[in-house]
Amino acid sequence: METDLGLWSILIAIVGGAIRVSTPFLFVSLGELLTERSGRINLGLEGTLVFGAMSGYGVAYLTGSAWAGVAAASVAGAMFGVVHGVICSIPRVNDIAIGIALMLFGMGLAFFFGKRFIQPVAPYLPSIPFGWWSDIPQIRAALDVNVLFLIGLGLALVISWMLRTTRVGLILRVVGDSTDAARAMGLRPVPIRIAATAAGGALAGIGGAYLSLYYPGSWTEGISSGQGLMAVALVIFARWNPVACIWAALLFGGAGALGPALQSVGITSGYYLFYAAPYVLTLGLLIATSSPTRAMSGAPGELSITK
Amino acid sequence: MTRSTPAFSRRSFLSATTALGAAAALGLPARAQSNMTVGFIYVGPRDDFGYNQAHAEGAAAVKAMAGVTVIEEENVAETIDVQKSMESMINLDGASLIFPTSFGYFNPHILELAPKYPDIRFQHAAGLWTDGMPSNVGSYFGYIGMGQYLNGIVAGHMSATKKIGFVAAKPIPQVLLNINSFLLGARAVDPSITCQVIFTGEWSLAVKEAEATNALVDAGCDVITCHVDGPKVVMETAARRGAFICGYHADQTALAPDRYLTGAEWNWAGVYTGMVQTVLDGGMIDNFVRGGLADGFIKMSPLGSAVSDAARAQFEAAKAEILAGGFAALKGPLNDNTGKPLLGAGEALVETDIALESMDYLVEGVIGSTA
Repeated sequence: METDLGLWSILIAIVGGAIRVSTPFLFVSLGELLTERSGRINLGLEGTLVFGAMSGYGVAYLTGSAWAGVAAASVAGAMFGVVHGVICSIPRVNDIAIGIALMLFGMGLAFFFGKRFIQPVAPYLPSIPFGWWSDIPQIRAALDVNVLFLIGLGLALVISWMLRTTRVGLILRVVGDSTDAARAMGLRPVPIRIAATAAGGALAGIGGAYLSLYYPGSWTEGISSGQGLMAVALVIFARWNPVACIWAALLFGGAGALGPALQSVGITSGYYLFYAAPYVLTLGLLIATSSPTRAMSGAPGELSITK
Repeated sequence: MTRSTPAFSRRSFLSATTALGAAAALGLPARAQSNMTVGFIYVGPRDDFGYNQAHAEGAAAVKAMAGVTVIEEENVAETIDVQKSMESMINLDGASLIFPTSFGYFNPHILELAPKYPDIRFQHAAGLWTDGMPSNVGSYFGYIGMGQYLNGIVAGHMSATKKIGFVAAKPIPQVLLNINSFLLGARAVDPSITCQVIFTGEWSLAVKEAEATNALVDAGCDVITCHVDGPKVVMETAARRGAFICGYHADQTALAPDRYLTGAEWNWAGVYTGMVQTVLDGGMIDNFVRGGLADGFIKMSPLGSAVSDAARAQFEAAKAEILAGGFAALKGPLNDNTGKPLLGAGEALVETDIALESMDYLVEGVIGSTA
């Protein structure tokens, strides 16, 4: 059973970790991307993620079906999105402040309803063993890929295609770039933004269900530890590009696996430094890709942080 | 009619409230005797399958006592927040005995607050009370390292790869003692066994704990235990990867009955009811309380179905030795894992030795580093 892979095991662990840990990042950042491309910021997705984790776990436990849990989490997330979208449609309401309020509200509500679900064990989401060809257990474990991860990859490509070539994508981009232009085209920005925020919330809810139903696969109050907030930042990092969101999510997932992987092969000192790797990486990349001549390329024009 | 307002003048209002306040102040000690209020503060949720659940089970036992009101607050951070929680328990709920149960509450938070409230008793788990600290502060803890030693014995028998794993939060003395004890228990079975440790850096980080568990299994560890606040994630992840698990803090058998070997558990119910009874009887709790398996401070989970007969026999024999008292897990000659000698031949650190509570090393055979 035991195979000594030496330093190769770090690479395998990073790949495995990237696949395991990145899914919530991917879903939340794709959700936030949809919302932001319509001209709104929803900082509350951390709360939606935690609430999605709780509701997904609860429903999966009560119905015995993990997929029912995923569906419930997406509905709950969409509801949070609608609330955020509707409140922000009132004139002179600050979407950042509402987002923070909804984040705290979502977490509090999740803790309140989640009390009775901490102890029970809910069914897991299935995974596909892509490592069947190998007889090395580490590789088999690393390539055990969850279906939601694959759905997330597909979704990123679909969103990218949708934004680029479809009428729906064009409408979303126009509303996000200029309210006046959208009105001139005969579009009604408010319902479109609410719909985009709801869709974003639904995706964040699914990300939460992945946390509680697959990896780490249990409902505890500390399940997210800020991943939702990080995913919102990933959107800026990915420059509002869905395909770049995949790479950003994988990068953060892999970087998170670096610390434990290094310790497991005996590189044990300085683990606090390794744990800071994702943040150092982000800083470095943001500095490297920033430009003094053009600010925030790819940012939707109606976004309140760029106005 | 309209001139009747002077009846409610500011002066009469003030005198009325002062009288009320005086009555409340006078009434407080009387109430404290007839119906004592005891406060419990937890760093996480009360039902986390772990550290907080163990304390909350103790609080539930206190709640069942006559003449005692229990108030609880969970998810209180180890920051200025805990001072606010303690002050509100004292000033608003009239608590006279408080159990702030998390390690980081002690210094500076309890030590800062205690001189301000000399009539309130602060009982802290895991802290190290020393002479010169406020006399209304007490610290208590159990020799749970012995439980991890027993875990290690079972792990030593059940490990096929001769590699066992430990997911740890932070390199503080209690955690290091648990790691060392776990390995030394296993080495009592087979001296060639090594223990891989991974520090997550925080008490509760679900994703990182899962990653650490996966990394341990990938490195060939086939029995895994942990010292984090809520062991649920580590236990479930390790069991899903096919490793055996040894529990910590509370009984986690229900999470994976066929992979769970045994576990080192707190037994706070007896300890807390004893302390509260001492106060009810008008006595003083000692400032420094410690106890082990024999004193009922800790207990072991029932051995799981997978445990072999050989493991069972050595486990019971070692348990009997510990119950007899004076047991030492750390015996010389012993080096730390950097090769520095710790104990010479014939030297030993028995379970009650205070030197164990300032442990800052990992013993030979542990793969890991304290910083």
